[in-house]
Amino acid sequence: MSEHIVSPRMYVLIFTALVILTVTTVYAATVDLNEHYAGLNVIVALVIATCKALLVVLFFMHAYYSTKRTQLIIIAGVFWLATMLFLTLGDYATRSWDVH
Amino acid sequence: MHRTGELYGHYQTLEQQKDSATLGMWIFLATEILFFGGLFLTYTINRHTYAQVFAFSSRTIDLKWGAINTVVLIGSSLTMAMSVWSAQVGKKKLVTLFLILTLALGSVFLGVKAVEYHAKYVEHHIPGAAFDLYYCTNNPAACNLSGKALENEKTELDDLTTKAGGPTAVNAHSQLFFSLYFGMTGLHAVHMIVGAGLLVWLILQSIKGRFTPEYNTPVENIGLYWHFVDIVWIYLFPLLYLIDRH
Repeated sequence: MSEHIVSPRMYVLIFTALVILTVTTVYAATVDLNEHYAGLNVIVALVIATCKALLVVLFFMHAYYSTKRTQLIIIAGVFWLATMLFLTLGDYATRSWDVH
Repeated sequence: MHRTGELYGHYQTLEQQKDSATLGMWIFLATEILFFGGLFLTYTINRHTYAQVFAFSSRTIDLKWGAINTVVLIGSSLTMAMSVWSAQVGKKKLVTLFLILTLALGSVFLGVKAVEYHAKYVEHHIPGAAFDLYYCTNNPAACNLSGKALENEKTELDDLTTKAGGPTAVNAHSQLFFSLYFGMTGLHAVHMIVGAGLLVWLILQSIKGRFTPEYNTPVENIGLYWHFVDIVWIYLFPLLYLIDRH
């Protein structure tokens, strides 16, 4: 696994994509998407944020070129986060207690 | 002793040594994901429970500063990545230059954050005895509110007070929002300050010419940390500033 050098051109390309996504998410926030589908504004904002995070992780942080072992650690971190979020939110959503 | 990339006895190659360091950094970052994750979870549950008060409180934060800071931080990630590239191809002067640029952009981010925090202080939006979500509509001059904007804010706040169970409940739940706002952006800012300290150390090492194509692990790994802090902000920005704007 020889070291992979990401070119400046690639970095500038990723930066440009991140700025475009930022402008998009700010614009999307000013439009009422919830009238089409409840919670759509949040969903769009989080999908765009996740696209941005993926670009940063894969290219700025070189995860795309990392060893499989390092990639496994990254996936494990996200998996633990997902476990915490889904189990807790699932509990809140399905119990008969009144949280309001 | 200065570590200049010599091979330690328990590794077979420099590449294996570097892979191990990167792996260790990622394991640390995995714990950081959970560290911030708990706060995001708390925010999600409370935002859902007190949706209207959270939405109103969120709209009092200045979108302009948040958007500017997002671009500043993404820019600092670019310069950080460029300093890693400079080290990998052996351009020693550029390593230092890009590290200084990264530190400068990080400082701009913290400066803007200070401006934002000060605005919240003026508006009595800092949780505690002086907290009052009604301060601005009662003292419009202090918050630079007038005319149509003041009327809108009053109507919206009256409507919210009726729906959300009276002014005491509104102030209590709004403090919950602002506690999370300051807690999350504050923890993020602490990470930025630690990152700035690490950058100062990197710059000093870099001026001495320590980073070469053979040895640049500190630049690479502090870079990983810096990008991680950027990602936290990538999620904080929409969740705190954006989702209730429309």
